[in-house]
Amino acid sequence: MNKPPDNYAFNQKHLLGLSDYSREDILYVLEQAKSFREILDRPIPKVPTLRDKTIVNLFYENSTRTRLSFELAQKRMGADVVNFSASTSSTKKGESLKDTIQNISSMKIDMVVVRHRSPGVPHFLTQCVDAAILNAGDGAHEHPTQALLDMFTMQQFHSDLRGKKVAIIGDISHSRVVRSNIIGLTKLGAEVVLCGPKTLIPVQVKALGVDVSYNLEETLAWCDVAMALRIQLERQDEGTELFPTLREYHEKFGIKLDHLDKYPDFKIMHPGPINRGVEMESEVADSERAVILDQVTNGVAVRMAVLYLLSGGNRVS
Amino acid sequence: MNSEDLNRTYLRFAHQFLESYDNPSRLAIIGMQTRGVFVGKRILESIQKEFGADIDFGILDVTFYRDDFRSKLKMPDVKVTEIPFDLYDRDVVLVDDVLYTGRTVRSAMDALMSYGRPRKIQFCCMVDRGHRELPIAPDFTGMYVPTHSKEEVRVKVKELDGEDAVYLVDVGEEEDE
Repeated sequence: MNKPPDNYAFNQKHLLGLSDYSREDILYVLEQAKSFREILDRPIPKVPTLRDKTIVNLFYENSTRTRLSFELAQKRMGADVVNFSASTSSTKKGESLKDTIQNISSMKIDMVVVRHRSPGVPHFLTQCVDAAILNAGDGAHEHPTQALLDMFTMQQFHSDLRGKKVAIIGDISHSRVVRSNIIGLTKLGAEVVLCGPKTLIPVQVKALGVDVSYNLEETLAWCDVAMALRIQLERQDEGTELFPTLREYHEKFGIKLDHLDKYPDFKIMHPGPINRGVEMESEVADSERAVILDQVTNGVAVRMAVLYLLSGGNRVS
Repeated sequence: MNSEDLNRTYLRFAHQFLESYDNPSRLAIIGMQTRGVFVGKRILESIQKEFGADIDFGILDVTFYRDDFRSKLKMPDVKVTEIPFDLYDRDVVLVDDVLYTGRTVRSAMDALMSYGRPRKIQFCCMVDRGHRELPIAPDFTGMYVPTHSKEEVRVKVKELDGEDAVYLVDVGEEEDE
């Protein structure tokens, strides 16, 4: 079963994380996203579906891809968009998060896309305002739209993810992408193995129903999809680095051209931004086996689908 | 209407569609989700059988362009749109099963425009049941059925409903006539 059952109804008001979404919810979003993917290929890739909606993008943390992708998705559907970034706002003047959101909300906002360094901020916002809240990354907690677009991309070459083998390689500890992916992929029935240096993999992680390997060769021989994660140097403090050098990391856990020849089946994904020569050799990122740029395109479609579904019918009380 | 009546109508459509063309390559048929797709395919088959002409065929879903989707409780499912050819300078016939308020056709015209600029758009429906809310008229009509707003016209297709037929149904009462 690759699609939600006939009697299924999507009933979510927010997207805070994939932990709140059932297997059917996830399959439904991915199914709907296919129709939105098609819009992006049209000569005029724009529909008026959200023209009565106003959306604020509330970014307390830096972002290129996610923010552009959300903004593009919103504009492709005709929504009015306002952008907020912490560095140029009254947050600098000491305004609290709750005050900020309530002020923005007073300007009649229908949906809020939020990224924040503290986990739980999207949940908190649902208690402050009436708008639909979409999590665009909260600390090391969740990044649900990234996981949805990853699964959408995998579905393009494995239509049913049950039993498919996904390896997630690299900085597991600091990654919100990995949490959302583990939750989503296991709900869809995929097998997940985390791979990386011991210092970057939390010990409790097996509780999420995944396996851990410290051997890249074994992992690549096993997997259908290898997803490399960015080494987040900005989250490691000087003096307490978690591995000796980037070169040594690349030596042990970087995907190299030789691997592509040796294990001819797996596809390569990366949520970006890539550190070329660290997570993988530059040629690997540009090879035909890498679907990294497909991920980016699909991201717009998946976000359009989520925005559409959460924009809501007329909620009659 | 049973499947024999319908086949006669499809054949008539086939002739009407091609009437004004020496060379029908400019013509394209686009079926509207869901049942318009099947009505469109039947016409396409009739044209192939009768004239041996291959006409481009596309599928259109107008959910994104509707003006009423937010008045419903649940967001409607989005279905597939598939137009595998360039619409520029083509003569497009939109095909749907039932013409009622005209709002779906309006959305469809909006939708088509975002695929390019056709030379001409015409509209064909199996059943015109009246009660228009917009200034829209069909170019090709299978049959005109004056209805009460309490009634419903149901076009059935073999692929989805097990038979090709058209019924007039009293809402509340099931499958009468």
